[in-house]
Amino acid sequence: MARDGGVSCLRRSEMMNVGGIESAPLDLDEVHVLAVDDSLVDRIVIERLLRITSCKVTAVDSGWRALEFLGLDNEKASAEFDSLKVDLIITDYCMPGMTGYELLKKIKESSNFKEVPVVIMSSENVLTRIDRCLEEGAQDFLLKPVKLADVKRLRNHLTKDVKLSNGNKRKLPDDSDSVISSLPPPSSPLTISPESSPPLTISTESSDSSPQLSPVEMFSTSPLSSPIDDDDVLTTSPEESPIRRQMMRSPGLD
Amino acid sequence: MDALISQLQRQFRDYTISLYQQGFLDDQFTELKKLQDDGSPDFVAEVLTLFFEDCVKLISNMARALDKTTGTVDFSQVGASVHQLKGSSSSVGAKRVKALCVSFKEYCEAKNYEGCVRCLQQVDIEYKALKTKLQDMFNLEKQIIQAGGRVPQVDIN
Repeated sequence: MARDGGVSCLRRSEMMNVGGIESAPLDLDEVHVLAVDDSLVDRIVIERLLRITSCKVTAVDSGWRALEFLGLDNEKASAEFDSLKVDLIITDYCMPGMTGYELLKKIKESSNFKEVPVVIMSSENVLTRIDRCLEEGAQDFLLKPVKLADVKRLRNHLTKDVKLSNGNKRKLPDDSDSVISSLPPPSSPLTISPESSPPLTISTESSDSSPQLSPVEMFSTSPLSSPIDDDDVLTTSPEESPIRRQMMRSPGLD
Repeated sequence: MDALISQLQRQFRDYTISLYQQGFLDDQFTELKKLQDDGSPDFVAEVLTLFFEDCVKLISNMARALDKTTGTVDFSQVGASVHQLKGSSSSVGAKRVKALCVSFKEYCEAKNYEGCVRCLQQVDIEYKALKTKLQDMFNLEKQIIQAGGRVPQVDIN
């Protein structure tokens, strides 16, 4: 367990033989998750949740350590980090120093990791917060306390993604085959309706019988499935997309 | 030996259910139990141990921040520790502790000194009470295993 808040995982470059760069598909089916949370208890729990769903986990205690792990803490992007295999980043929102939102922005600004899905966790169900994260490119938003069902759902999407893209997502930043398509640029409002085929659905040739969910549909079930605390605030911002609100009120899309 | 095992299992079941009924635990604790298996048989105990250590540390931070002898009280500092305790108690299913943190947070935001001090005292009592209850529960588990039995899954609903 990552009790010291440091990094606890092997980098792909370390796992490979010397000289091997593109070859040797090691555990391409195995999902590697970077978990970021300043609370030790939460870190232990999320790490276990992820391990139990067959993910490899690196758990760090701050946004800075996450950037350090990803090699984004200085200007140069070294070759070593090009082969760093991170399939998902899951981060707490409220952290001292750098918030999960700020970390999300930095990841989305990087060339090596902007395609990596980022999931935000928060104990507070604040719509403006959720909206802001999604607009910045977050894949999903989980309400704490995180449950096994939440992580299993994330995991299912990632398996399809990793298999279909042959683990080459990061090498082709403009890859149109990228399975988890990111949300549209922040300026355009979301106009997804659950019934029609939305332009943002996860494109796939999978013959999986269960319906693919677009990122917004994925997130819409999460905040509603957990009981809302007395102090959790559901704020509304009038100019935000009304359709997203509608979706949030209809649970059971999963 | 079987009669002993059954008796212990019954005791364990009743005790566990009572903890939920009395509001010490909520279904996040049940979620934690799902993460325990033969490969990680002490997972819940380990997490709760960390949680209780967290309680000691955070409560001491709160007490320090509420100490008037060092100057004016910084309620935001108190609030920051309360927020952390609220988070971790929520993650382990410590229902009463979490509920106290909710009130505590409100007193911090209102800069209500007496309210904060009261909450601090209550939170201290509450986490210790939970710790005692859980120790008893873990002891029962140990006794069942030592008697050669398996710890039963307890269906709360």
